Amino acid sequence: MDLYEYQGKQYFSRYGIPVSPGGVADTVDEAVSVADDVGYPVVVKAQVKVGGRGKAGGIQLAQDPQEVRRHAGDILGMDIKGHVVHRLWIERASDIAQEYYASFTLDRSAKKYLCMVSAMGGVDIEEVADSDPAAIARRHVDPVDGFSAESASELVAEAGLHEGAREQAASLLQKLYTCYVEGDCDLAEINPLIYTTDGRVHALDAKVTLDDNARFRHADWEEFSATETTDPRERLAKEKGLQYVGLDGFVGIIANGAGLAMSTCDVVEQVGGKPANFLDIGGGANAAQMANALEVINSDENVRSILINIFGGITRGEEVANGIVEAMGRVQIASPIVIRLDGTNAEEGRRILADHAAEGLESVPTMIEAARRATALAKEHRP
Amino acid sequence: MSIFVDENTRVVIQGLSPTGQGLYHGLRNRAYGTNVVAGTNPKRGGETIEGIPVFSAVAEAVESTGADASFISVPPPFAAEAVVEAAEAGIGFVVCITEGIPAHDEARVYNLLRRDFPGTRLLGPNCPGIISAGKCNIGITSGDIALPGGPVGLVSRSGTVFYQALYELTQKGVGQTTGVGIGGDPVPGLSFTDVLAAFEDDPGTKAVLMIGEIGGSAEEQAAEFIGAQLSKPVVAYIAGVTAPPARKMGHAGAIISGSRGTAKAKMEALAAAGVIVAQNPTEAGERMVEIVTAIRKDEGMTPG
Repeated sequence: MDLYEYQGKQYFSRYGIPVSPGGVADTVDEAVSVADDVGYPVVVKAQVKVGGRGKAGGIQLAQDPQEVRRHAGDILGMDIKGHVVHRLWIERASDIAQEYYASFTLDRSAKKYLCMVSAMGGVDIEEVADSDPAAIARRHVDPVDGFSAESASELVAEAGLHEGAREQAASLLQKLYTCYVEGDCDLAEINPLIYTTDGRVHALDAKVTLDDNARFRHADWEEFSATETTDPRERLAKEKGLQYVGLDGFVGIIANGAGLAMSTCDVVEQVGGKPANFLDIGGGANAAQMANALEVINSDENVRSILINIFGGITRGEEVANGIVEAMGRVQIASPIVIRLDGTNAEEGRRILADHAAEGLESVPTMIEAARRATALAKEHRP
Repeated sequence: MSIFVDENTRVVIQGLSPTGQGLYHGLRNRAYGTNVVAGTNPKRGGETIEGIPVFSAVAEAVESTGADASFISVPPPFAAEAVVEAAEAGIGFVVCITEGIPAHDEARVYNLLRRDFPGTRLLGPNCPGIISAGKCNIGITSGDIALPGGPVGLVSRSGTVFYQALYELTQKGVGQTTGVGIGGDPVPGLSFTDVLAAFEDDPGTKAVLMIGEIGGSAEEQAAEFIGAQLSKPVVAYIAGVTAPPARKMGHAGAIISGSRGTAKAKMEALAAAGVIVAQNPTEAGERMVEIVTAIRKDEGMTPG
């Protein structure tokens, strides 16, 4: 789960990482009121989960209430790379002497954490990595050993941060590590991390990705979930506990297992179709879950045929078949369904489905044939 | 022949209770022929469930039954400690199918095992398990989709594509030595490279089918290993060609960041290492049939 900047900063604050004083505003009036509280000058920042806000005009400096009013009015409702701005973060402006970069993430190939620090902050770090890799100081951190004060000091020196900034930066780095580990982040990134003209080091931006698997030990994440997703199909799927990613094609996909769901999307594309979504109903998919999945797919107006690809391991064929029949009784499924069922109790499942063949439900023996059939049906049903 | 587990492997099921997942899968594994010798449950030490003696800790189970492999399907909050308990008890092969373990727990356990328990191999988490066809099945794979006798070794990140691939081979009359589902999480225990190295050393395995997916760089590392050290033919399939960037495709590990982790990059790396890259699981099965047919023909012509 990606956090908005303001949420990331609130998260940082819990771990003692210094950020600028500020507040959230959803209207122009709120923006002025927050700005009055934090004190001028302020920066008005669009809250969207996409990079390039500054270039798009989504970050503006304001000296007084009139300027806040004008910028907030301009930015609210602005479309930044397909993300519409509904919320602003207003914070006290900082006098920046230098811009740095700091992050913790997992290096999957090394199977250790990776800490990166650079004196070249404020720009896309991937560009720095490409153009001047030596400008980034890196260190692998063994999760068993943890991140020592010595490592932090060495890194900030190695990265060439200003001498006056090093002690604060090293201390901040250790807090960022605690936030990354105890806060169960997949990514904790500060870009830029600034050194102000009056000698303070703090986070001017916050990019935080939380590990959804750790939700069970963070009751406080509930507030972040409420603002998480905007695609109505994805929101519905999430409510139903399904793994769903919306795509822009016309063949609705339901499969069990992430790999098989991806593979099904691939095969549909190979035979000339276009997947409308990725949907994994999970390992132990039962009747109710299948019904939920069909409901989600059915809510997508672009879907013109549905391909269900199930290979039973724990998932049992007759459960899947019953789920489809149940769903067809519960909601009016708008598109024809093609199903390929194999594995545990597949024959029993196919028998159940055969009784409903007349209702726009076809059973096809292999994955590729099923993909071809679903694609052909979608093309026939073109509106 | 087989790798990691065989007919002599003795399995303890951690977290065994009359209603849990562990019992359901454990009984299926036992029905396949796996030696399920013990269960553990801190509250049920001394009981017997479906003929399986229960101990309160793994160490006791090891002492009493000689268990050398363990099967973990406990919920995510308890899985990391279960793996550590198995390692401390001296278990050599731990299979953890639990889905949804926090990445930090995985990273900590992986590095702890490497430092303090080098004798313990961890398969998973979030994986289907391992099946040495006709000998031992630990995990959730349906035993009837595997065909004993080799000569193909199978290794997969995805669970259901693992089943699909086993099934394709079996349908075509091509047997397997061992199928290993390494799982799709960010920090898996055994990697492609670990499993490929074991297949290289197994005389019964003549060819390897590898199923990868988008995200991370495990397939690229495998390609490097194959190019340098694997003498046996490899067929590979990578799921997720059509996956959009920066979206998590079900598995926490299946996410493309920037230009890295794409199916295309992985397929190119594998092809460059001499691997036959198939476009879908069915084609992968077909390519493998061609290879096995050629191997059998060669063997048939070799005297003695």
